[in-house]
Amino acid sequence: MCSMTTNWKLTSFRLTVLIVFGLWVLFSGRFDPFHLTAGFICSIIVGLMSGDLMFTASPTRDILLLWMRLAGFLPWLFYQVFRANVHVLYLAFHPRLAQRIDPHIIEFDSRLTSDYARTTFANCITLTPGTITVSVSAVGRFRVHCIDAQSAAALPGDMEARIAKVFGE
Amino acid sequence: MEDLFFYSALYLSIIMFLPLYRAVSGPTILDRLVGVNAMGSKTTILLIVVGLIYGRVDMFIDIALAYALLNFIAVLAASRYFHKKKGIEDEEQSGL
Amino acid sequence: MNELITIIWLGGLLFFTGGSIGILRFPDFYARLHPAGKLDTAGQFLALSAVALYVLQDLSLHTFLTAAKLILIVIFVYITGPTATHAIVDAGVRAVIEPWVQPERRT
Repeated sequence: MCSMTTNWKLTSFRLTVLIVFGLWVLFSGRFDPFHLTAGFICSIIVGLMSGDLMFTASPTRDILLLWMRLAGFLPWLFYQVFRANVHVLYLAFHPRLAQRIDPHIIEFDSRLTSDYARTTFANCITLTPGTITVSVSAVGRFRVHCIDAQSAAALPGDMEARIAKVFGE
Repeated sequence: MEDLFFYSALYLSIIMFLPLYRAVSGPTILDRLVGVNAMGSKTTILLIVVGLIYGRVDMFIDIALAYALLNFIAVLAASRYFHKKKGIEDEEQSGL
Repeated sequence: MNELITIIWLGGLLFFTGGSIGILRFPDFYARLHPAGKLDTAGQFLALSAVALYVLQDLSLHTFLTAAKLILIVIFVYITGPTATHAIVDAGVRAVIEPWVQPERRT
């Protein structure tokens, strides 16, 4: 068990260094040896200091599979976000706004259990216009501020099921 | 195409007065925060458009990125700070 | 190509306009966050994609790096936008400010 956590720490450190170094190359835009060496040294220092921050999850075997499923989930999410954006845009230009909207807070229980799944779900709810996550309790009770009944009707629904599938719950 | 970006920059600066009104007139501190956040997100685009007009996007994009970061940190810090009922409600009663 | 860029760019400007007008028109700051946080995020996404396409028209290493940075800003905005929105909502909830509701819902 102990060796496994050490292994995971090493993997996490390497991944952090890789990501930070990639960002360095992207932002500097210079490829001469001096800048690459300086960037690599800086990446290792950053990795040593904060290598355990980015990947705090329990070591899962199939992290690659998770990312691929997440990538498959994103187009659907973007479609939903776009549709909801158009709805809020329509509301903003609506002449009788005060009668049309109906802001209220709804509560519902989610069946997602892991922290990552709940965070993703809460972030997706907030990303979709018309709904803002107010709080998530430790037992998975979501409080969501909705702008009107149409936005509220979409929750938890399809989005929760898809996120549950992405995280394998 | 340059003309389009130039007039868009003008239009964006005019549009930015609407959140500015919200940021100036309140009524609560959190309303001001919303206004400032909205202005910041438009400023990011405005900076990139200025870069396009001057033909130096590669330089202005770093400034825009830094501005987006700064905007996020400012909103986060300010909303951590103004979470007491007293400060927000006092302002509401004084009618600002 | 230019027509596509123009359409995407004008779509971004439309979302910005809606966000700004929504900030003025919605009744309280809980409701104002809906247009402010989200329509601006969508507007930034569309506008930055248009600029990235425009920059990529003459393809070289430098323009590619610029476009990659633009995409990075978009990803950054999509992660931080909900966080900033949630921070403001959280401040309101901790200050125990009641959201504005329709008159018939008030009890």
